[in-house]
Amino acid sequence: MTAARLRSQDFRYWLASHRGPLFAAALFVAMFALFVTKHPAGASANVLNTAANKGALLAFVAMAQTLPVLTGGLDLSVGSVFVMTNCLASTLIAGTPGQVALGVAIVLASGLVCGVLNGLVVVFGRLQPIIATLATGAMYGGVALWLRPAPGGDVNEDFADFMTGSLHDVVPFSIVVLAGAVVVIWLPYRRSVLGRAAYAVGSSEQAAYMSGVPVARAKFLAYVLAGLFAAIAGLLLTCLTYSGEANALLGGSYTLNSIAAVVVGGTSLYGGSGGAIGTIFGAFALRTIGDLLFVFDIDPLSQPLFLGVVLLIAVSLGSFRLLKVKKRVDLYR
Amino acid sequence: MTPLLRMEGISKRYGGVRALEGARLACARGRIHAVLGENGAGKSTLLKVLAGVVRPDAGTLELEGKPIVLPSPAAASRAGIVSVFQELSLLPDLTVADNIGIVDPPRIWGLRWGLIDQRAQRRRAEAALARVGAEDIHPLAPVRDLPLSRRQMVEIAKALARNPKILLLDEATSALTASDVAKVFRVLRQLRDDGLAIVFISHRMPEIAELADDCSVYRNGKHVASFVAGTRTDAEIIEMMIGREHTSVFPPRPTHPPSEPPALKVTNLSWAGRLRNIDFAIRPGEVVGLGGLDGQGQRDLLLALFGALTGVRGTIEVNGTPVTLSSPERTNLRGGGIALIPEDRKTEGLMLPMSVRDNLSFAAIDRFRRFGLIDRAAEDTAIASMIRLLGIRADGLDGPVAALSGGNQQKVVIGKWLMTRPQIILLNDPTRGIDVGTKQELYQLLHTLAADRAALLFYSTDYAELIGCCDRVLIFYDGAIVRVLEGDALTEHNLVAGAHNLATVPGAAP
Repeated sequence: MTAARLRSQDFRYWLASHRGPLFAAALFVAMFALFVTKHPAGASANVLNTAANKGALLAFVAMAQTLPVLTGGLDLSVGSVFVMTNCLASTLIAGTPGQVALGVAIVLASGLVCGVLNGLVVVFGRLQPIIATLATGAMYGGVALWLRPAPGGDVNEDFADFMTGSLHDVVPFSIVVLAGAVVVIWLPYRRSVLGRAAYAVGSSEQAAYMSGVPVARAKFLAYVLAGLFAAIAGLLLTCLTYSGEANALLGGSYTLNSIAAVVVGGTSLYGGSGGAIGTIFGAFALRTIGDLLFVFDIDPLSQPLFLGVVLLIAVSLGSFRLLKVKKRVDLYR
Repeated sequence: MTPLLRMEGISKRYGGVRALEGARLACARGRIHAVLGENGAGKSTLLKVLAGVVRPDAGTLELEGKPIVLPSPAAASRAGIVSVFQELSLLPDLTVADNIGIVDPPRIWGLRWGLIDQRAQRRRAEAALARVGAEDIHPLAPVRDLPLSRRQMVEIAKALARNPKILLLDEATSALTASDVAKVFRVLRQLRDDGLAIVFISHRMPEIAELADDCSVYRNGKHVASFVAGTRTDAEIIEMMIGREHTSVFPPRPTHPPSEPPALKVTNLSWAGRLRNIDFAIRPGEVVGLGGLDGQGQRDLLLALFGALTGVRGTIEVNGTPVTLSSPERTNLRGGGIALIPEDRKTEGLMLPMSVRDNLSFAAIDRFRRFGLIDRAAEDTAIASMIRLLGIRADGLDGPVAALSGGNQQKVVIGKWLMTRPQIILLNDPTRGIDVGTKQELYQLLHTLAADRAALLFYSTDYAELIGCCDRVLIFYDGAIVRVLEGDALTEHNLVAGAHNLATVPGAAP
């Protein structure tokens, strides 16, 4: 009797727990629909492919950011790992298919190594994530400069074109890679014990510890996987530009935009709730703002202003819960 | 018969405070063991040692005759020791089902490294909730959205879902409704009959009488006695909890406070089910104590009077004028000169990295403002007189407050509020964790403030302090004032009895 009544509420709870991603998805779909209707070429394969590649770059960096944020931390080094792996890939993704495959493996492994270092410093060095990753991020930027003092590179163009092209001229391959990462890494992670432990730690580290949750391992894994996602983005960037550049500005802007995408995607900066799916839509929505301003012929100089306004609105929607607080002191916790 | 669990010689110090000193506990299969004692007797620390949360400085633990170490809650859980704390271990953002299965959830195909089987986990959660009679809780509801009493049921269900050998409950029923308490008790008796050892802390004597098979009493971190439930009277148990040591010296109180209109009058104040119909008044020069066990609403009352709660019902009058208290800033600056000496000085009372000077003048900064700037000369004079009044020992005004000792930090907190010249002072357990010497100085200070015609509302978990400092003590139980003790009736026996909602002895001490 009661069980049946409870089951009937399942959908309501599902909806409530997915409000963030659904909002980000709706925002993106609405903005993108407006974009393609206004675009002179319409929804052509080319337009879709360009939008997909641009969006996927930020989406991967933002997915990287999502994991530490879920644990209640932050990773300011994701942009630097992105740039560093770009520089590394621009020297390794060349030659025979075998050499390219090895290069890809090394690039991804280097992202993991960055993640491991971040994890060690944050979890076992007990430094605050912001300051720890600010420092390691500067180090990765230094490595990038050392790998590639001047922009350039030698990249296997067949591989690069395949990565950034479209399957049957319809589905952008970058979207396939993104979907693959979601299915192979994110979804299993979310349903694994350590993945849920990451949510638990972000929700209340003390309660997680008291419950016997493996707090250290959960945090560590979050930073390691963040390195991996950032490396995938670096690889994708190399395929788009056929080159590498140790561009600190680019890294910085990706880091900040990744935080914005995480928030728009419905992940709480306090940790504990949200997820990578929402982040992906958040990243695409942010990228679409730029495209919209372009098709509406708005001065590119006002783009940062509009981006800021959209971000502010999205963040405000997340703070309604504060209106329900009973103890004013709790507002300041 | 060898007990299932034996703790011997357990000691634990926090800085200069000893929480446990050579304490012991033994409990057997199929028995419910009640742990009794006053506030600060070390009961919670003892259970935390057992739960792997606190590592003792000395002592041994034996489980089934074999020595064990419990370095973490996870280790305790693996050893079959599971605890229910007061909503401490729930993860607010996760669903009820996730919380119940947080450790060792069912995996797909039973693989150790496999993914969590959501359906099996949900079934397990539903079964655990049904077991404690809380079928009304939806397994997919986020814990954040549940009211306190439901959260506590989830906490209990979560503990049971781990199939413990030893179940620890620290005030686990404090937030439950009466019907939930009955359900939980039924489950606990069932578990006992299944052979579990259950150890519980409760401050409700009727619950103890109803549930316990064995009792152990602690005082000042030491084990006093263990006995089979029902073999001692309530009065004897209370004597064991109080003991006979009295070391503190309190300054004498003036015998009769002047009879005049109250400085603070509270009528029918209620808040969010945690405070119920509170009525009392304080005249200038009076010290009114808040007694009862910790967590019965005393702190909430202080916060309500300080304007830190929303949705407070009832009337508050300051000097005969009704006031609306909507934020600490307003109460401080305009409302009626109300100051709160907070409980946690490190987060609520002080800005630790800032200087002694800044900390002292923050709350009263308006007094030194001239044309929008701070008049340093006036500030210095006021600070110097405050440091003299309180006897703050600091190496200079411009060093960080963090460098001071605990007692001196507490004096800075108090000084900060005295700088605003409040006429109503709310004190939230101000002597917790400070040394005896400073305590004496604080008692003297309360005395001086009362003589200067301030009205003081004083919450303390130390009963001796309430008796020594207060004209009258309001005893809280479950968010309401259940008794008012004054004059000869203000004894430790009556305070403890009132706190457990038992009958008090009128007149002189027994």
